[in-house]
Amino acid sequence: MEILDFVMTNLDLLGKLTLEHIALVGVAVGLATLTGVPIGIAITQNERVATVVLYVASILITIPSIALFGIMIPILSTIGHGIGYLPAVIAVLLYSQLPIIRNTYTAIHNVSPGLREAARGIGMTSGQRLQKVEIPLSVPLIMAGVRTAVVMNIGVMAIAAYIGAGGLGVLISRGISQSDPRQLVVGAIAVSLLAIIADRSLLLLQRKLTPRGL
Amino acid sequence: MITLDNLTKIFDTDRGVVSAADHINMEVPQGEICVLLGPSGCGKTTTLKMVNRIITPTSGRVLINGKDTSEQDTVSLRRSIGYVIQQIGLFPNMTIEENISIVPKLIGWDKSRYLKRASELLEMVAMDPAIFLKRYPNELSGGQQQRIGVIRALAADPPVMLMDEPFGAIDPINREVIQDEFLKLHRELKKTVMFVSHDIDEAVKMADRIAIFKEGKLIQYDTPDDILSHPINDFVKGFVGRDRALKRLQLVTVAEVLETESSVVTAEDSLATALQRMTDAGYERAIIVVDGDGRPVGYVSRSVATTTKGNCGQHSYNLRTLVRPEDDLRTVASKMFTHDATWLPCVSEHGKLMGVVTQRGITHHLGATYKSSHAKEQNLQHARVAP
Repeated sequence: MEILDFVMTNLDLLGKLTLEHIALVGVAVGLATLTGVPIGIAITQNERVATVVLYVASILITIPSIALFGIMIPILSTIGHGIGYLPAVIAVLLYSQLPIIRNTYTAIHNVSPGLREAARGIGMTSGQRLQKVEIPLSVPLIMAGVRTAVVMNIGVMAIAAYIGAGGLGVLISRGISQSDPRQLVVGAIAVSLLAIIADRSLLLLQRKLTPRGL
Repeated sequence: MITLDNLTKIFDTDRGVVSAADHINMEVPQGEICVLLGPSGCGKTTTLKMVNRIITPTSGRVLINGKDTSEQDTVSLRRSIGYVIQQIGLFPNMTIEENISIVPKLIGWDKSRYLKRASELLEMVAMDPAIFLKRYPNELSGGQQQRIGVIRALAADPPVMLMDEPFGAIDPINREVIQDEFLKLHRELKKTVMFVSHDIDEAVKMADRIAIFKEGKLIQYDTPDDILSHPINDFVKGFVGRDRALKRLQLVTVAEVLETESSVVTAEDSLATALQRMTDAGYERAIIVVDGDGRPVGYVSRSVATTTKGNCGQHSYNLRTLVRPEDDLRTVASKMFTHDATWLPCVSEHGKLMGVVTQRGITHHLGATYKSSHAKEQNLQHARVAP
């Protein structure tokens, strides 16, 4: 009951924090997609480069988020953004690289040799092959990578509240520091719900983007 | 015309240097189908893929209508060559219409022209454009998909087509149908075709010329009939099979062995007349009975004519089966075996008797080619058989 009361009386705050959270994750994963997909495509050209890139991305993802924020404080302080929005976005951008690059790489790599050969034999340039065949066929797997990144980083972004980035993590951190279980529980549930809803809606988007006939 | 001039491809593999194609020299004349045939790893596919530079030759040249392909831009070269592969390679994200229109679009045809072309091509392979244009490849059967694969290669009307085991993945019944369809298309379009196969029967059926490969070398390049009747060595002999004489049957039509000067009787003729005519014409067993329009209606056997009195109509047997002049001898031989017959009447499309085809006529026709150049060998065999 108390929790419900808290939600009803703080709807404004809850709405504002949720929007902040969505904006943070949206901007970060959006940027990650813009960088990760081209990297994923580029590394299909060279297996050794691919191994190195995927290895680096795997290492990045193992750094605990709290530690990553800590590392960035002195570095970003030099441009006056040691805490807040910028380090939060950078962290999520880095964490998103692995699922997005790996899925893109795998998808392009797995386009069947028959299709590849048909596309070459027909006289498509490598750009045309990418644009008309390889990327359209890779959409489902690339989108699956984006979904993984979003769901994973909705959780990571909750911790970014500690460096003042805002978002639903604010409720959790306040709940802990003020020993207020209502805020803690509401914050935690809101983060989980947001992850589930984001995953579902991206799945719908994925289906919409997938070419018919696949 | 496709000319291969000392075409060579050497691969560096873990097991050392392998020459996949070793100084291949051959020429495919304008409008002919040339089948590259051989066991796997013999270099036939490598040779084919050097024509559109999917594989770059180590040395030697490929000329298409006299132009060296290495001096042309690879992308535009490929757009001017139809390419059909065993895996079909239709793009699953595109409709049938889009798949067929790819090359015309790439070379800049306007929309109305390539859309019209797509419908036209579908009709050529008996697929209704209204049904199929907007479908996706995964909604089609394997045979239908490969038909699309073939017409996609024909879309921009290229003078040359390369086909890499195009019908290899299709079930045997559909394969026959699609081979026949392709031959029909070919008779209309007269493309210069290079076709890879490992199936001697397919090669004999499709080819104007067959090139037999072994370990990267071109062993024999000849017409199917010459390959079957005069294989140049034991490898070719083994490859074409011990039944190679039978395989030649499908290369010959009834018209070529037809005995036209047939003597016939009508239903009203007496059996005595029938016997007389059989004797005059030298028929050992029977004579055909025809109606007023020259259509065969039955036959009278010599034994009946010798022992019985009456007219032919009363004492004739029904004809068990008929053949047409365009039938191949394999079909005819099969009919002969089915009906235990040594001869079959051949009729025109209006049902008129044109003559008969006999077992002796067939063996004579096949034997004549062997005798001409294998006289020595034949004599030797006879000598061995003789007591």
